Amino acid sequence: MAPLDDKKDVPMFSDYPSEIPKIQCGASLDTDTYKAYPEHNEALGFPGELIDNWQEVAIAKIGELAKKNRAFQVYLDACVKCGACTDKCHYFLGTSDPKNMPVARQDLLRSVYRRYYTFAGKYFPWLVGARDLTKEVLDEWYTYYHQCSQCRRCSVACPYGIDTAEISMAAREILDTVGVGQKYCNEIIAKLKKTGNNLGLNPKALRATLEDLEEDLEDETGIPVKIPLDVKGADVLLITPSADFFAEPHIDGLLGYAKVFHSAGVSWTISSYASEAANFGMFIGSYENMREVSWRIRQAAKDLGVKRIIFGECGHAWRVGYSFLNTLAGPFDFLDQNYPIPQHILEFTLDEIESGNLKIDKSKNDEHIMTYHDSCNVARGSAMGPKEGGQFDVPRAVIKAVCNNFHEMERDSIRENTFCCGGGGGLLTDDLMDLRIKGAKPRMTALQQVTEDHGVNKMAAICAICKTQFAKVMPKYGYDMDSIMSVHQLVANAVILDGQETDEADPAAAEETP
Amino acid sequence: MISTVYAVLFYLATFLMVAGVGMKVWKYANTPVPLNIVVSPAPRTKRGVVFRMFREVIFFESLFKSNKWIWLFGYLFHWGMLIVLLRHFRYFTLNTWWWVEIISPIGKLMAFAMLAGLLGLWARRIFQERIRYISNPSDHLMLALLVGIAGSGTLMSYVTHTDIINVKAYMLGLLRFQIGEMPSDPILMLHLGLVVILMIIFPISKLLHVPGVFFSPSRTMVDNAREKRRVSKWARNLPPLPEGIPAKEEA
Repeated sequence: MAPLDDKKDVPMFSDYPSEIPKIQCGASLDTDTYKAYPEHNEALGFPGELIDNWQEVAIAKIGELAKKNRAFQVYLDACVKCGACTDKCHYFLGTSDPKNMPVARQDLLRSVYRRYYTFAGKYFPWLVGARDLTKEVLDEWYTYYHQCSQCRRCSVACPYGIDTAEISMAAREILDTVGVGQKYCNEIIAKLKKTGNNLGLNPKALRATLEDLEEDLEDETGIPVKIPLDVKGADVLLITPSADFFAEPHIDGLLGYAKVFHSAGVSWTISSYASEAANFGMFIGSYENMREVSWRIRQAAKDLGVKRIIFGECGHAWRVGYSFLNTLAGPFDFLDQNYPIPQHILEFTLDEIESGNLKIDKSKNDEHIMTYHDSCNVARGSAMGPKEGGQFDVPRAVIKAVCNNFHEMERDSIRENTFCCGGGGGLLTDDLMDLRIKGAKPRMTALQQVTEDHGVNKMAAICAICKTQFAKVMPKYGYDMDSIMSVHQLVANAVILDGQETDEADPAAAEETP
Repeated sequence: MISTVYAVLFYLATFLMVAGVGMKVWKYANTPVPLNIVVSPAPRTKRGVVFRMFREVIFFESLFKSNKWIWLFGYLFHWGMLIVLLRHFRYFTLNTWWWVEIISPIGKLMAFAMLAGLLGLWARRIFQERIRYISNPSDHLMLALLVGIAGSGTLMSYVTHTDIINVKAYMLGLLRFQIGEMPSDPILMLHLGLVVILMIIFPISKLLHVPGVFFSPSRTMVDNAREKRRVSKWARNLPPLPEGIPAKEEA
């Protein structure tokens, strides 16, 4: 960790991760994200610009969504305003803006629903806080529904499980439907539809990138480890976030997967057609777009004739993969039914570790004193392994199998109570940097506690968005940008390939895992 | 006259409540759940979900974990109200059931738990700035209504006893569609009038959390998305997506 000498750039840590601020109305009213250009909206099947009869269309859309989605309908009705969620959102804790309290965020839309769809709201609007849908309300939706990372921490706190993510996704879909899209998400989805990944990387460029990485691997290990692309007949199709091809510390994770597949002796491939695990269709609440993005994975798997699909380290992609893929792009009856469909790379790696197929030298990670950040979509929107809570235990089991030093952060900030990194849900854009820094405060405070108590200097994560977000905001809190690591980066450090010369260390140090 | 007005009100309120809540339940049950959105960690079996929901409804487990004060007041209020309500069976049954006899003494005391819970919740709504911020007039009125019902009931139990024998006779009559004589005691009239209001607003207010909790997909779904496909009717009617990969546009 870097010394905290450059204090002026360092935001204030809280005394403890979930410290509750006094409310400051309008504190983040001016934090707005760029709107999409018409071509981005149109590529997704939405009107390019705000349509003339937007009010009518938006109101009708509320009714349509309430008919299509039970969660939306029930959540609009059932809230009793008990207040249990009010201190659970990291953006509220970071910004103090009361409209970032989950219930207040829901009420931005609920107030309009009440006005047009409930008896009380139609005849006694003042009594139940019902509001007409005006342009100001629409703008407010745009602002505050883009200050929600859909992390679901509030849903865990709610006595009825009301999930603000569902409301926020619906709100974004309504906004898209009237022609008000967000640039970051919609531009990326448009790019994916064109090239197969969020970056707009064409197959040629992707191949060149992967070949470079293969060279790096060979330089490091002396072994020709492959990162195959578009190999027909491979056993495994790896679907991984495109950030794994170019960003740090993501790449190191990809090298980890390659080493594990190599050691396991499993033939695998990446697809240039579905070279993206991320599915921003979820962030904008669009079933149709999410389905279209998922469909590419099915087509790639069929085209390449693989037997299994494995997802790389990506949070919301794993939620879509685990919870939605079967519904959106299934049935996957053409894959080998003896494996979970899809499987997470951590499930695969843990299996390999437990069956003793990997040679591991834990001491290679001795310089790292680790903690683990549960990514919100993995923690609360998916699972791993055969047991309830596997999404918490599998990553930890892998980390502990390859590292000697591991410490947990505060209980209220991990597992199902984990705080979002501050950049999830389609907010990982520079125009929201201020919000991202503030939203990271609870997590950074929890990290600082374990740094003080146990000397923790690295935090591992299994989400491309978390990794990018932390690499960017950690320096603002006085940590080096490489304090965030991929879990498979730790695996890559510790795995010793067959025939790999272990420099200076005597071979006995490389113990076989039990 | 009063007897007839209250009789009509009671029949009307009962009809509105049953029909209104019934319609809402029908709507919830028939609205599709297009994706598995259970909040994990979640049970992997139906039995597990039943156990999860049992803990939620009986112990308010999530609320306990998220806010101890709201849990305490909410728990006092809801359980107080439940026991008090069960005790009220003695006014609707000719021969009081044995278990109603047993809980009756506790039921009388539980009115205070109910009131304490309500006042605690109300105090938080007034003094806790975050909850004050999210409160609408209706949220205060709902508490006022419940405090009114509990307060007037407690008053009749402990201070100015009403002619309970005749109240019971009147109620038993209503159950047999015979309108008898209701004692014209102002506190009783207030008590019953507020109950009628509560019944009428039940299906058009936040009291919908009662059926709603059983239809909340984030809690009631089984964590089995990898095994079980669920395509809702409207999703099945979406235009099919093209099979195969379009010819490579490699530069």
